[in-house]
Amino acid sequence: MHLDASPVVTLTSVFKQFGRFAALRGVTAEFTSGRLYAILGDNGAGKTTLLRVLAGLAQPTRGTVSILGTTKLRSVCHELGYMAHPSLLYDEMSGMENLRYFARLYGISDLTNNDPTQKDEGGAANMTAVGLDPALARPVAQYSQGMRQRLSLARALLNDPKLLLLDEPFSNVDSGSAREMVLLLSRLRSAGKTIFVVTHQALLLEGTADEFVWMEAGQITNRARELRPVETR
Amino acid sequence: MSKSSAVPSGVTGATLAKDLRLEWRSKDALNSMLFFSLLVVVVFSFSFDPNAEESRQIAGGLVWVAFLFAAVVALNQTWARELRNHVLDAYRVSPAPANSLFLAKASGNFIFVAVLEILMTPLFIMFYKLRALGPAWQLIPVAALGTWALVVNGTFFAAMSLRTRSREIMLPLLLFPVSIPALLAMVNATTAILTGELSAKFWIVLLSTYDVVFTIACLLLFELVLNAE
Repeated sequence: MHLDASPVVTLTSVFKQFGRFAALRGVTAEFTSGRLYAILGDNGAGKTTLLRVLAGLAQPTRGTVSILGTTKLRSVCHELGYMAHPSLLYDEMSGMENLRYFARLYGISDLTNNDPTQKDEGGAANMTAVGLDPALARPVAQYSQGMRQRLSLARALLNDPKLLLLDEPFSNVDSGSAREMVLLLSRLRSAGKTIFVVTHQALLLEGTADEFVWMEAGQITNRARELRPVETR
Repeated sequence: MSKSSAVPSGVTGATLAKDLRLEWRSKDALNSMLFFSLLVVVVFSFSFDPNAEESRQIAGGLVWVAFLFAAVVALNQTWARELRNHVLDAYRVSPAPANSLFLAKASGNFIFVAVLEILMTPLFIMFYKLRALGPAWQLIPVAALGTWALVVNGTFFAAMSLRTRSREIMLPLLLFPVSIPALLAMVNATTAILTGELSAKFWIVLLSTYDVVFTIACLLLFELVLNAE
């Protein structure tokens, strides 16, 4: 697979203000395609806001965001997969019912295909890939928190996105399932996708992430290929 | 299977089908609306005990006020589902057009209120001994246009009040003043048909114009409302 080293995401002096609180303070960075970025930092560092800005859910107060070569994020939203901290799922519907509905929002009506790392989209395959049984008929309300997280990841993969934005995908997921999710992310990255993972569980991504990005007080303070000793302890 | 863009009618259909399925499973909106309307019918019937002639004079107002208040219950539920688990964000990040969501929600509310009207009309007729002296068939376009007038604005204002703290109070505060011309037309048209004294045509034309104007306005503005932070 040919990996393009051109920046897939470019942030230029991005500020995001919520009233008097500045969640992002002049973030300037470039991220190249086909890489897995782990975004780390304490609560309130601006990680989730950064992801929401990239997803087009929050408009920067100042600065520009360019994704896949355009600042008109709406025009590339079909190339984005977004998994938030809340599940973004309907509790009253089953896993496959949720996936079928969200697939229609992307103009996908056939959810029978198989491999999520291939170009084809597949709802049932996505569920299997995240360790869920597509035949599970019970509503999402009866899922455990970990199962919701995995279904939420399956939803984010529905449209075979080039850019995957994941906010705390491993929270409340048992360690075995979390490792399987990391393996899936690794395969997706190998398939050429650019992945941003906001996490407090940095160790899970050690050896998998191409770059660790540290945020503090709304700014990117450090970028490195390895975890710092303090995180690996 | 290759990537294709979302077809607006397909998104509207899928969202409407999803809303109908969720309502069928929970029956939250329908049960609340039915219970509320039933209370209005019974309480007013026992409070006033009108004769047939008095009923024809007051029924138009009574019926539509009952449906208006009941509709508010459904309208508040519409968006509450999208707020749980922040599901609305999943819609916002997708390429699906904002207006498809609006049309699906308004159509869903129209169906819920229409079902309520179909179930409650026999009870209104029974409790108030109603019999139309004018052309009764005209009640059908009045009901359809009037219901759309309520739900199109209601769906829009319910979305607008989504991010406010007291959205249950905010919705009627925004909706009722804007609905006054439509309510006036609905009540007068219904009374004209029931009493047979005047033609309802003027009110039906007024209601149609109101529907067209407000549907276009809501469609033009909904994207702004949906993406407001």
